[in-house]
This record gives sequence, structure tokens and C-alpha cells, in this order.
Amino acid sequence: MNNKYLGKFIVISSVMSTLLILFSIIYLLLEIYSGGKNYLTFEFITSEPKEGMTAGGIFPAIVGTVLLVLIMSIICVPIGTITAIYLNEYANKKSFFTKSIRFAVNTLSGVPSIVFGLFGLGFFVQFIGAGMDKVFSTDGNLQWAQPNILWASFTMAFLTVPVVIVSVEEALKNVPNEYRAASLALGATKWETIRKIIIPNSISGILTGTILAVGRGAGEVAPILFTGAAYFLPHLPEKLTDQFMNLGYHVFVMSTQSTDVEATKGIQYATAFVLLILTFSLTSIAIFIRYKFRKKLIV
Amino acid sequence: MIKNPKIIVENLNLFYGNKKALDNISLKIPEKLVTAFIGPSGCGKSTFLRTLNRMNDLIENVKIDGKVFIDEIDIYDKNIDVVELRKKVGMIFQKSNPFPKSIYENVAFGPKINGIKDKKRLDEIVERSLIRSALWDEVKDDLNKSGLSLSGGQQQRLCIARALAVDPDILLMDEPASALDPISTTKIEDLIFELKRNYTIVIVTHNMQQAARVSDFTAFFYMGNLIEYSDTKKIFTSPDKQQTEDYIRGRFG
Repeated sequence: MNNKYLGKFIVISSVMSTLLILFSIIYLLLEIYSGGKNYLTFEFITSEPKEGMTAGGIFPAIVGTVLLVLIMSIICVPIGTITAIYLNEYANKKSFFTKSIRFAVNTLSGVPSIVFGLFGLGFFVQFIGAGMDKVFSTDGNLQWAQPNILWASFTMAFLTVPVVIVSVEEALKNVPNEYRAASLALGATKWETIRKIIIPNSISGILTGTILAVGRGAGEVAPILFTGAAYFLPHLPEKLTDQFMNLGYHVFVMSTQSTDVEATKGIQYATAFVLLILTFSLTSIAIFIRYKFRKKLIV
Repeated sequence: MIKNPKIIVENLNLFYGNKKALDNISLKIPEKLVTAFIGPSGCGKSTFLRTLNRMNDLIENVKIDGKVFIDEIDIYDKNIDVVELRKKVGMIFQKSNPFPKSIYENVAFGPKINGIKDKKRLDEIVERSLIRSALWDEVKDDLNKSGLSLSGGQQQRLCIARALAVDPDILLMDEPASALDPISTTKIEDLIFELKRNYTIVIVTHNMQQAARVSDFTAFFYMGNLIEYSDTKKIFTSPDKQQTEDYIRGRFG
């Protein structure tokens, strides 16, 4: 009797929780959309900000965000995948070294993002960048030792790499050991087994990791505050040493640094909406690719 | 009693950590005949089978001493290339384990990692291997179908074709029919009978009728010891040891 009520209670409360989340998302989207809908025009997404950000569009910020996420993925997906392969396929799971890596990965994913920003500034800009300038710079001008899109992407990649590691490892664990045994018994080397059997069977996990990393990277602002994001930069970044605009940072700037915060309010809403749509589309592309791969595998 | 030994095992001991799993095993396995290992669960017969292509290397904490000669070469010698050894000694597992790839790709996997790229040669190898594993007629019209879409018995024959494609001398079979229905089992047994013309076959089985039907020699294992090894007829009609007789008569196990 008691159990029956408990079961009903669990069902009802889980449905309620799901609905709560669903409603929050819908409310959030509607709120943002209705706040910014008057500004959401084709011009808005294709032109640069004007008149102290109270008019014009957000094109440089969109491009900057996409570039940031792209370069970040190029850095964090391979590093995360290789680390996961090492941890799951090669490392002796009980060794102190492996445990240390695992501890580091877990700690890394718990570090507040502003700390990554400061770390990026100290490590990439002022240490690596300054070192590169010492070696490469001929005229004594700062080239690498200042915030730019490359250092921002590296910093963001540090933040997102644990996400990739965790989801790739999960996928590797799901590859049945029978496949490994079959491949090795056919005279394949360990690397051949990983390359031809294990990685193709973990593609969806690698893509899931990428999706999560992209979602996180597109939304975070703190890591790029000091490492590359520009307050206002009407032209697009052309090389890795350029600074860039970023959607999240743009909202932050408009709402705290603008001379006329009230006048930018609609633009803030519209920018936030574009950011959500952008994240959503990047994620959808990855989900679509993953779906294609899954179909191919099952035949 | 054994004229052409393909495999000679001398004083083999195997430990899982501190636990002794195989105790001083010595035996000779004849070329191009079928040798069956029987015994109750946990007696070490599968573990022993896996020492013959060094699959136990993959398990942590396994220690092996003693010698295993295949074609008079000690496969536990330091200079042995395990990858080459496994190409020579194929293995069929208890649970059929085709890769989630097409039938063609499953069979071509081994030749491809051996560096065969020529499509025509690969086609030939795939066809020959599938014919030898008695699966060709059932799948020849759709080699691009996923290996996983086949029935259990077909999957196991696909795994046999995959093993044959790398042209081994020896086939190790770890209870290859234990998960199959009687008709599929019969097909696998007929196949083993066919294959022994070209290959040395070692089969681990739970099923004593199966051992009696397919094998020429039978080894009875109990608690990590080789109790008795003789030709199959003798083991099943007049074994020397009381333990063997008890097991065969179904008094334990």
C-alpha cells in the first residue's frame, strides 16, 4: 500500500520536475525573444555596432564567437580524445600517474571560469606570448604578448577539455571488449585496433564531447575577458594575433560599460537571442553529424 | 602416440596474481587434427587455450612460466612478435563477435591490416574464406549487409571466416557453439570436420558429445591440472583415470 503511493509520488514529482525545466526554457526564450524582437533584423546580424552600441548590429561579435569556438574545438577535441584514449586503452588504471591525471581532470572541471581567464592572461599572454616575442620579434613591438583570439581559444580549450575527456572515455568504455579481443586475435596491433575498431565505434562519443564543449565555449565569457575579447572592434579578426568581439562579452559590455544602458536594452536581448540560436545551430550540426555516423555504423 | 606435433607444451604454470590457475601442464597437439579440451567450469581449459596465442597477455596480473612451442619455436621467447603469432594462431570466441561493419569488411579486416589493398585480391580472400566457413551461399548476394544482422550461427561462421582470412595454421575455438541452437551447432561441427584437413584445431567445449563427435584427441582438465590426455575414443570408452570416468559419466561437473 505504502509502496504504491510512493511509486505514484515518484512518477508525479519526476513529471513535475521535467515540466519545470521545460517551462523555464520556454519562458526564457520567450522573454528574450519578446525583449529583442524589434531589433532582430537581417541588418542586425550583418552590420557592426554604431553610435556607442546603441544602434547597428552585432556581426563582428557573431564572427568572433564562431571563430573562438572553432579554434577552441580544434585544440580541445584532439587533446581530449587522445587523453581519453590514453586513460582508457593504454594507462595502467591503478598507477599513481593515471590517478594523478584523473584527479587533474576532475579538478580542472571544477575550477571557476574566471580563474581560467586569469590563468590564460598569466600563462598564455604574459608567459608564452612574451617568450614568443623575445624569440621572433625583430622590432621589439608586442606581437604575441597581448590578448588575442588564439590565446582566448587556448584558454577556453583548457576549460572545455575535461568535458571532451569525460564523454570520449564514456564512449570508449562502451566499446565491447569482445571487439578488442577479436581484433587483437586477428593479429592487429594495439594501435590498429584503436584506429580501426575503437575510434570508429566511439565517434558518437567524440561528437557528444564536441557538442558539449561547443555549447560551453560559446556561452562562457570569463575566460576570454583578459585573454582576447575586445570591448569594441568594428572590423573582423584577420589573423591569430587580432582581438575579437564576442556575443556573451558584448551583452556584458552593453549592460555594464555602456554610456546609455537603457538605450541598449533591446539590443542586449536581441544579442542574447542570437547567441542562443548560434549555440543551438552549432549543436544541431554536431548532432546531425553524429546521427549520420550512427546510421553508417549500424547499416 | 602423436606423430606430428604442431604445438608442444612443457611444464606450463599460470598464475592469476597469487592463485595458480594451471599447474604444470605438458602435452602435444597434433597437426591437422582436432584436439578437444573438456572439463568442468573453472578447470582452466579456456585459460590454457588462451596461452596458445598469448591472449592472456591482455589480462593484468597474469604470470606464466614453462614453454609453449609452435612449429618448434617457443612463443614465450622474448624475441617473439605477438602480432605475428596471432596471425598464425586464429581464435574463435564463445560469444560470436563480428565487428559492427559489413560482412565483407569483417572478413577483409585481417587481410587489410596485413597490408593487402588490391580490391581484387581482397574479393578473392573474402569469397574463399566465406566458402571455407560454409557461409558463402547464404550471404553472397549481400556482402554489404551488417555482420550484426546475421543470425547467431551465421555470425559465428562469419567469425570463423574472418579468422580464416588471415591464413592461420591453427584455429583455437573457445566453446564456439555453446550459445547456438542445435541446427547451427551441427553446422559448426560439420565445418570443424571440414576445416581439419587444412588446419590444426583446438576446441574447448562443455559438451561431451561434441568432443566425442568432432575431436581426434581429448584432454580432460580438472582444477588447473591436466588429468588425462589420450585419443578421443579411449577417453570416452576406457579412460585410465577414475576422475575422467566420473566426469564423462556425468557424476560431477
